[in-house]
Amino acid sequence: MTKFGLAQPVRRVEDPRLLKGSGRYTDDINLPGMLYGHVLRSPHAAARIVSMDTTAAAATPGVKAVYTVADLKAAGIGPLVCAIPLKNRDGSDRANPPRMALADGAVRHVGDPVAFVVAETPQAARDGAEAVAVDYDLLPANTDLAAASDADTPLVWPDIARNICFDWEIGDKAATDAAFAEAAHVTRLQVINNRIVVNSMEARACIADYSGESGRWTLYANTQGGWVLKQLLGQAVFKVDPNKFRLITPDVGGGFGMKLFLYPEHVLTCFASRALGAPVKWASDRGEAFLSDTQGRDNITLGELAVDKDGRFLALRSRNVANMGAYLSTFAPFIPTGAGTGVLASVYGFKAVYANVIGVFTNTVPVDAYRGAGRPEANYLVERLIDAAAVELGIDRAEIRRRNMVPPSAMPHKTPVGKLYDSGDFVTVLDAALAKMDWAGFPARRAEAAKRGKRRGIGLSYYLEATGGAPSERAEIRFADDGFVDVFVGTQSTGQGHETAYTQLVSVELGVDGEKIRIFQGDTDTIPTGGGTGGARSLYSEGQAILATTAVVLERGKKAASEALEAAPADIVFEDGVFTIVGTDRAIDIIGLAVAQRARAAKGEDVTTLDAAEVAEIKAHTFPNGCHIAEVEVDPDTGTVDVVRYAVTDDVGRAINPLVVRGQVHGGVAQGFGQAVLERTAYDSGSGQLLTGSLMDYCLPRAYDLPDIEVDFIEVPCASNPLGVKGAGEAGAVGSPPAVMNAIVDALRPVGVTHLDMPATPESVWQAISRAKAA
Amino acid sequence: MGLSITLTINGVPRSLMLDDPRVTLLDLLRERLDLTGTKKGCDRGQCGACTVLADGRRINACLALAVSLDGADILTIEGAADGDTLHPVQVAFIAHDGLQCGFCTPGQIMSAIDLIREGQAGDDPERVREAMSGNLCRCGAYAGITAAVLDAQRRMRADDDAAQQEKQAA
Ligand code: FES
Ligand code: FES
Repeated sequence: MTKFGLAQPVRRVEDPRLLKGSGRYTDDINLPGMLYGHVLRSPHAAARIVSMDTTAAAATPGVKAVYTVADLKAAGIGPLVCAIPLKNRDGSDRANPPRMALADGAVRHVGDPVAFVVAETPQAARDGAEAVAVDYDLLPANTDLAAASDADTPLVWPDIARNICFDWEIGDKAATDAAFAEAAHVTRLQVINNRIVVNSMEARACIADYSGESGRWTLYANTQGGWVLKQLLGQAVFKVDPNKFRLITPDVGGGFGMKLFLYPEHVLTCFASRALGAPVKWASDRGEAFLSDTQGRDNITLGELAVDKDGRFLALRSRNVANMGAYLSTFAPFIPTGAGTGVLASVYGFKAVYANVIGVFTNTVPVDAYRGAGRPEANYLVERLIDAAAVELGIDRAEIRRRNMVPPSAMPHKTPVGKLYDSGDFVTVLDAALAKMDWAGFPARRAEAAKRGKRRGIGLSYYLEATGGAPSERAEIRFADDGFVDVFVGTQSTGQGHETAYTQLVSVELGVDGEKIRIFQGDTDTIPTGGGTGGARSLYSEGQAILATTAVVLERGKKAASEALEAAPADIVFEDGVFTIVGTDRAIDIIGLAVAQRARAAKGEDVTTLDAAEVAEIKAHTFPNGCHIAEVEVDPDTGTVDVVRYAVTDDVGRAINPLVVRGQVHGGVAQGFGQAVLERTAYDSGSGQLLTGSLMDYCLPRAYDLPDIEVDFIEVPCASNPLGVKGAGEAGAVGSPPAVMNAIVDALRPVGVTHLDMPATPESVWQAISRAKAA
Repeated sequence: MGLSITLTINGVPRSLMLDDPRVTLLDLLRERLDLTGTKKGCDRGQCGACTVLADGRRINACLALAVSLDGADILTIEGAADGDTLHPVQVAFIAHDGLQCGFCTPGQIMSAIDLIREGQAGDDPERVREAMSGNLCRCGAYAGITAAVLDAQRRMRADDDAAQQEKQAA
């Protein structure tokens, strides 16, 4: 018997399938009679569509149909809506420009969908798209975030002044300003959070299959949860009952936030399948992924930190300009506002915090959540700002943090931006990390490196993350006739190893072999509701749903056992998967009991069955936190940065499966490291073309780039959920960019560099050194 | 006009008619032969997701025209295991948590099998990382992948030595 205990590094149950090439990802699915769609995309960043001629395209051999926005409108198809309402500072609503699945009279970024060609083969669809004649009237493009709201910047939407989507605020401005007025010292820093192309290795794809008989669509798509999509497709776009859509999410090759959203291609395939009476597949190629997947981050933020004479933080103020791209993606406005500012107070005892966030439109690919979603940006600002303040004040960078951390005795702690921290022992985690990396002994290592002509630096960040996502989650447990325990969950793994962690939970609670448990996800017909996966919410939310459900199963089990064993329910005890009449050897195992009871019920007997489904309300968010320390060596001649040591000390609450958590931390650090030193997204300012539009031009971390990442856990159980878990999916990407950048700036400080923006490529490091020398 | 080629794929000889000389080995595997274990991550030789072995050597199947491989012996992820017995590299990927979403994994495994055969990297993790740098993993499972490659190499060597000794003893 294989017990899948908790806090065990259990090998992932999803592995063997994926290792043998029998994973089933969306593009691996082919349906009989399937047609192929190809999206013709705008080659221009800004243009009016003067005319479009699809005659030649429609006549291309193999082409079944060519659709433009006129076809969508004629069928009453509505725009893709953004799900986040937002109020401006003055009380008005944010701008809400319409986004049709195909360009409506104008194109607004390179890659904007213009026409959808459906054909018998992918090649024919491509050929057809090439034959569409579009006459564009080119307009000046706006791709520079810093200048997006300048008076003379071209408008992405003619009626949205200064390209401002929203101008939002949070926090007590008067109290913050007052704290600044009395501060002994104020540190100011402007940071750029660079735009990221998500680049999940599996590109987006979908297959829509409409059945005229049932009037329903089945949409196979690589999502992070089909329930949101089904609602949006039904309510806003097709204006039908959302239950007309069945979303099936097969294996997903990475999402990182980007696969949460409704995309034009979901609409187009569904539309075409209904119109043509055949399944329609669309599969993105890598070039399209660069031009049509939502991108991440892209903020310019001015931060100010008010400090008293003893180095204690009084207040934090920030003004953040956040790029929305050309259209509002599903959750876009939430990322820099509610999500990001919620962690601005981080682990420190600020008296006041005020943030102003301005969302702007540019002629670029829409921006939305990317691993961490707003929280990495906020943590980056805070942790860079604190380093700058420490240096200005002559206080050790670790000490200034220690001095300002909220102590465990102050928990629960309410922050000035309204979050309630349930638990946290920040100083203990910090000190463990410092000891591990021998923070105190660094000067000797720096001196030794200097002898080799290298500039060595050390940097730390203390991050705090607030997990997010839907406010409830559901689990269902069914005892199958073949002796398995089937668990249906509303979250959606995109590679995090959920199946394993859930199996562990159910195994422990029901005392059933891990091998006897099957986890089902990703079908909105068999699972009526679900919150999907995003904001590192899965384990704590689905975990609570599973616990609620196993509790009901056991309660019913006792009653059922009393019926089966003919004893009083009070005399039944449950242990290790077996119900026993207390003090006797009369017993029945849970699976046998469940199957027998259902068989009796099927015969019409009035007996208790064990199957159950429960929805857990997720009342509180969780706050994973931890310390990242990077030690780097910079070659001053070439500007190359070598991360020589990297360690993470994390409080993710209880680690249900340390193996899975470690993998999540590694992956997060890899992405954060990529953002810090490798990944640069560049648009040509004149033409608005994406200059870094392939894996040759856009630098993803490779095996060779990454340092060894040492991960330790200090478990401070979360007080707001029974499992004590806090969530781990995003944390690595939150803590790593500031740690790496603080280390690089520390290395370069002796030559006069006080700040450097990401990515710290050799060129930018070398230039910073040269500039500092010249100054 | 069709072109006819023969390929041995995962040990099975196959005669294939190509209606288009431009078809890549990757599309041939995925679209015509329903061997979808080999993944398409970029179709341009930039990600390694499509790595397969051709006559024992790792290649990017997206860059190889099927016609140019006439007569070759192709091994894909579907043929890596020996029936129900996983290849030592696959076993090591499980043991060392070398995968998350699994999308890059078939390519990583095929690449690792050939790297170990090449015997170039030795026991140096740095060189393993370098030699595996053609295979991107956005999930960032690199630490596990490197550990898995090193471990598989050790096990395979030990097995080889044991087989050698048996032979000599016989
Ligand atoms: S698909 Fe062949 S290298 Fe990317
Ligand atoms: S495991 Fe997801 S890309 Fe490598």
